Amino acid sequence: MTKITLVAFDGTRFDIDAVNGSTVMENAIRNSVPGIEAECGGACACATCHVYVDEQWSDVVGSPEPMEEDMLDFAFDVRPTSRLSCQIKVRDELDGLVVHVPERQA
Amino acid sequence: MSTPIETDVVIVGAGPVGLFAVFELGLYDLKCHLIDILDRPGGQCAELYPEKPIYDIPAWPEISGQALVDRLMEQIAPFKPEFHFNRMVSGFRKLENGRFEVETDEGELLHCHAVVIAAGGGSFQPKRPPVPGIEAYEGTSVFYSVRRMEEFRGQDLLIVGGGDSALDWTLNLQPVAKSVTLVHRRPDFRAAPDSVNKMFAMREEGKITFQVGQVTGLKGENGQLSAATVKGPDGDVEIACTRMLPFFGLTMKLGPIADWGLNQHENLISVDTEKFETSIPGVFAIGDINWYPGKLKLILSGFHEAALMTQAVARIAHPDQKMVFQYTTSSTSLQKKLGVQ
Repeated sequence: MTKITLVAFDGTRFDIDAVNGSTVMENAIRNSVPGIEAECGGACACATCHVYVDEQWSDVVGSPEPMEEDMLDFAFDVRPTSRLSCQIKVRDELDGLVVHVPERQA
Repeated sequence: MSTPIETDVVIVGAGPVGLFAVFELGLYDLKCHLIDILDRPGGQCAELYPEKPIYDIPAWPEISGQALVDRLMEQIAPFKPEFHFNRMVSGFRKLENGRFEVETDEGELLHCHAVVIAAGGGSFQPKRPPVPGIEAYEGTSVFYSVRRMEEFRGQDLLIVGGGDSALDWTLNLQPVAKSVTLVHRRPDFRAAPDSVNKMFAMREEGKITFQVGQVTGLKGENGQLSAATVKGPDGDVEIACTRMLPFFGLTMKLGPIADWGLNQHENLISVDTEKFETSIPGVFAIGDINWYPGKLKLILSGFHEAALMTQAVARIAHPDQKMVFQYTTSSTSLQKKLGVQ
């Protein structure tokens, strides 16, 4: 198990034991984290699971693939640490990962 | 008003489930007209994930969204369905003779025995960009599509987005508009490389302005836009503009069907599991748009629902005919309809 934390827009922290190989989005949905909609179900086709990776973690998480970068065009208030949580796979190196949920999805 | 089109069934939505319904209904000699907001068949399969593989279609270990649509179109071709693309259903009423009248937003009227709603997640509509107060300018200064280029003549135009729509309209409206500013959050585009090159060439010639950033605010009065605030890499920039064309992709909304008076369950249409009929007899809902206890939003569930719905529709359309259940493998009459006999 890998520990990840999602911080909702109102500051509520969701500490989750995530299975390696699952996506951050899947863990958010399973734990009813508010603000993650994931309309398309994880196909990288909607930009409604947008998160900001905590700055301490952005290097470890890495940058988006071109397809995800394209899809981020449809997100609201995109920042340098923006990612789609359906494209972040949980793995050992991400133990302790913190991501922040934006004010709204597009 | 145009002369109504007389048919057996009107299917709202030309996604995989709506398409397969044509096949099932066709086996019972029921002729179908399909209405869809997109300009081609396939619904979400064609719009959201044409190239992405689907792994849970029986007998297809792997098939792309577009290939599934192509196969379905091939399968239903013998039944000659008629498509009404780029249309949204706007009106619906029951006629005195027991049939239904369906109206499109282009004013076409269709008369039918039964209406089948196979609208998936709803109709695709342009996504409203998350800019505070944008509603106040919609329809007067902010437009999500270009119906007539003349409406932009002599205007200071702000185009927002990085896909083909944004690039194409930047190129096409440049000769018409007084000025064109393209705003996109990064210098890379999703559009055809040729359009991107042409756009950068126009910028070199000073014909258009390209600004990297995201629109965060609008200024104006009484629906008349005068400027937009763009948050760029070097802080906020104000761009004077009188018209704005945001291209932020599509989202799905139930649309006018929500006002038909059908019983709903969390924005989905409630149906029974024998006929997949809604709370209005003669109106059916199949695929992702419906809800019943145990519902799974799978394409294969929609196919099953289409087959059972057809039994009920055939009884409505041909009340005096005995229903004979036949297999396509062995029935010569079904094979004749499929054109393989």
